[in-house]
Amino acid sequence: MNFEFSEEQQLLREQARGFLTEHCSTSVVRAVLDSNEDWDASLWKKVAEMGWTATVIPEAYGGLGLSYYELAIIAEEMGRSAAPLPFSSSLYLASEAIRHFGNESQKSEWLPKLASGECVATVAMAERAGRLVLDQLETRRMDSQITGHKVPVADASVADVAVVLARSDQGLEACLVPLKQEGVSISPVLTFDTSRGHSAVTFDRAAAQALGDAPVDPADWERVIDGAAVLFAWEQLGVAESALIQARDYALQRFAFGRAIGSYQAIKHKLANMYVKNTLARSNAYYGVWALAEGSDELPLAAATARVAAIQASTYAAEENIQTHGGMGFTWEFDCHFYYRRAKLLSLAIGSEAVWQDRLVSALTEQTVAA
Amino acid sequence: MDFNDTSEEARFREEAAAWLAENAPTDEAFRALSPLEQAKQWQKCKYDAGWACIGWAPEFGGRGASPIEEVIWRQEESRYDLPASFFLIGQGMIGPTLMAWASDEDKARYLPPLASGEEVWCQLFSEPAGGSDLAALRTRAERDGEDWVINGQKIWTSGAHYSDYGVVVVRTDPTVAKHKGLSYFYVDMKAPGVEIKPIKQLTGDSDFNEVYFTDVRVSDSQRLGEVGQGWQVSLTTLMNERAAIGSSFGQMDVSLALSVAQEVEIDGHPALEDAAVRTKIANWYVQESGLKYTGYRSLTALSRGALPGPENSIGKLVGAPKMQAMSSYLMDLLGASGAIADEALATKAGIIQRAYMGAPGLRIAGGTDEIMANIIAERVLGLPQEPRLDKGIPFNEVPTG
Repeated sequence: MNFEFSEEQQLLREQARGFLTEHCSTSVVRAVLDSNEDWDASLWKKVAEMGWTATVIPEAYGGLGLSYYELAIIAEEMGRSAAPLPFSSSLYLASEAIRHFGNESQKSEWLPKLASGECVATVAMAERAGRLVLDQLETRRMDSQITGHKVPVADASVADVAVVLARSDQGLEACLVPLKQEGVSISPVLTFDTSRGHSAVTFDRAAAQALGDAPVDPADWERVIDGAAVLFAWEQLGVAESALIQARDYALQRFAFGRAIGSYQAIKHKLANMYVKNTLARSNAYYGVWALAEGSDELPLAAATARVAAIQASTYAAEENIQTHGGMGFTWEFDCHFYYRRAKLLSLAIGSEAVWQDRLVSALTEQTVAA
Repeated sequence: MDFNDTSEEARFREEAAAWLAENAPTDEAFRALSPLEQAKQWQKCKYDAGWACIGWAPEFGGRGASPIEEVIWRQEESRYDLPASFFLIGQGMIGPTLMAWASDEDKARYLPPLASGEEVWCQLFSEPAGGSDLAALRTRAERDGEDWVINGQKIWTSGAHYSDYGVVVVRTDPTVAKHKGLSYFYVDMKAPGVEIKPIKQLTGDSDFNEVYFTDVRVSDSQRLGEVGQGWQVSLTTLMNERAAIGSSFGQMDVSLALSVAQEVEIDGHPALEDAAVRTKIANWYVQESGLKYTGYRSLTALSRGALPGPENSIGKLVGAPKMQAMSSYLMDLLGASGAIADEALATKAGIIQRAYMGAPGLRIAGGTDEIMANIIAERVLGLPQEPRLDKGIPFNEVPTG
């Protein structure tokens, strides 16, 4: 049985945690929340210099060619520090879509710039409220132009290129659209987590190419989303761990009725529940990253399980962390709200809890039939 | 990451599997024996071949196997339908206590027949007045020359009626604080004055007993640890308890839930197509899978020769309430017929109903949900204990309600 990260990978975790503790303290997150900025551009530069943006991109395209195990470790640390960075949009989603569906020239053009961090990418999927339905997308590509409206698009204001889900006469396509061009208008959309910018993006006959110059089989697109779900789960797990640690530390230090509030069973049981959910989420995230890194057929089930567990753990920990803090937890001054915002934001991207519960049961039924 | 054995582990697994294939009894004569007789016969067979209590030292009847080898052995043995539960408490909890606290002479006398199944042991800890607050127990032992005389009542004693020996923790000094006045003995369950009465559980079964002690005489040489050190000795026993109890939740798993949800209909469609049903199943699977892979993480630590982390402490706290919730919901899906427990008539032969009726016991045995949450909060997260009103007060002055 070898169901653990290697020693080198554990070292990477220590290095990543040390780096983000130094360069992405809560004051860095707070500075972005307090400003009109959509990210911390200088932090992105430092992260890129560490090579993190290059982690899983193949060496042939200027990347490090490492495995998803390494990327999962960094994702957890990103979540732990609630980093105000477009890491998930650019690495878990857009880069992966380009790798999976791009043709040689598309990959050669974009992957090296994404690996070096000089460019940022995002994906544009949602068009309206409710679940994403791939065969009802209204954004259209005709010839080499794309027209449509996507909202909200995470990190669009800081991205250079977007992978835009659209339809053409051939069916579903993942279109590569440079964002700094006429025909693309990006306007800010206020969300509850302004440490990550969101936008409404309108494409009016903007220049676009279908990735791979061909339609995308919806099932193949879902496999990319499964992979992203595993990485999102690791980032959410980091958020959940930070919320638990913050709640624990406060419960030890805050006194009421002559004793630490952490000595009351009402608080102890709440924190024990957080620990239980975080442990289930971590073990399921291991299963997810194993399936992703090893290319297992179990990925749809493992990804959905990891995603549902991470959504449940991170939102519970973030909500109950504020509750543990009492009134101070509800202030702007305390940091509790960083995790509350980020846990929910990450839970809404790429399909929310009910979507993944549904996918989980579908995958479970299919896997049971196959076995 | 992978789920494979190391080459040494694979060799061990092969050896274990080969011996089991050769020796595991499947014949009619064996099946005709009572479960206890089957268990004893099989245990002796393993003992004679060096496959009993394999983690124990050879002089006690084991083979000094590593923790990961013990796990591999259990995995291989569990492929066969063989009774084992009769020895869990004795071999799993009391054996390690004897090794830590008994005299060399007693170890040599009692450990080998415990390993071979020739002698069965039970644990006499809980009392009507001491469950979660175990150290509040009142059974007392008074010194009389070279002997002690025990009077009082124990409860929830599994297997007392077929045990040869038991370990008992008693109060030897009521004038000092609760934890300081306890001592720990082993007793002959056939000794005069030991009376065993089965408890009928809400399921109708009787897995536990009340054990009454009336002037039961034990020699001072049957004491483990010093007089007044009974609490520390008890902790050695208890440390080994929760892992053993938490590991089994029977057949109540997600595959059973899927099967019921495929058979039962809601508005003319399989219940499995209903969004609310899918949500429930997904949540149970998250728990089930989370526990499974938590176990794999612990096994990895064992495989690397390290101690598993605290993550294993969640098993019973997740598994027991899940069993109750799942069985309750599956009965809901069955509607009025969910009440049928008759094996011949019930969907899934009554497994679901039995699980629901048994679940309250699992949520209590070996540490209630609430105690398990306290343990996680205190030992894993480092939160302080609740203030205790009996702390430092002589036991005979503590309010008893």
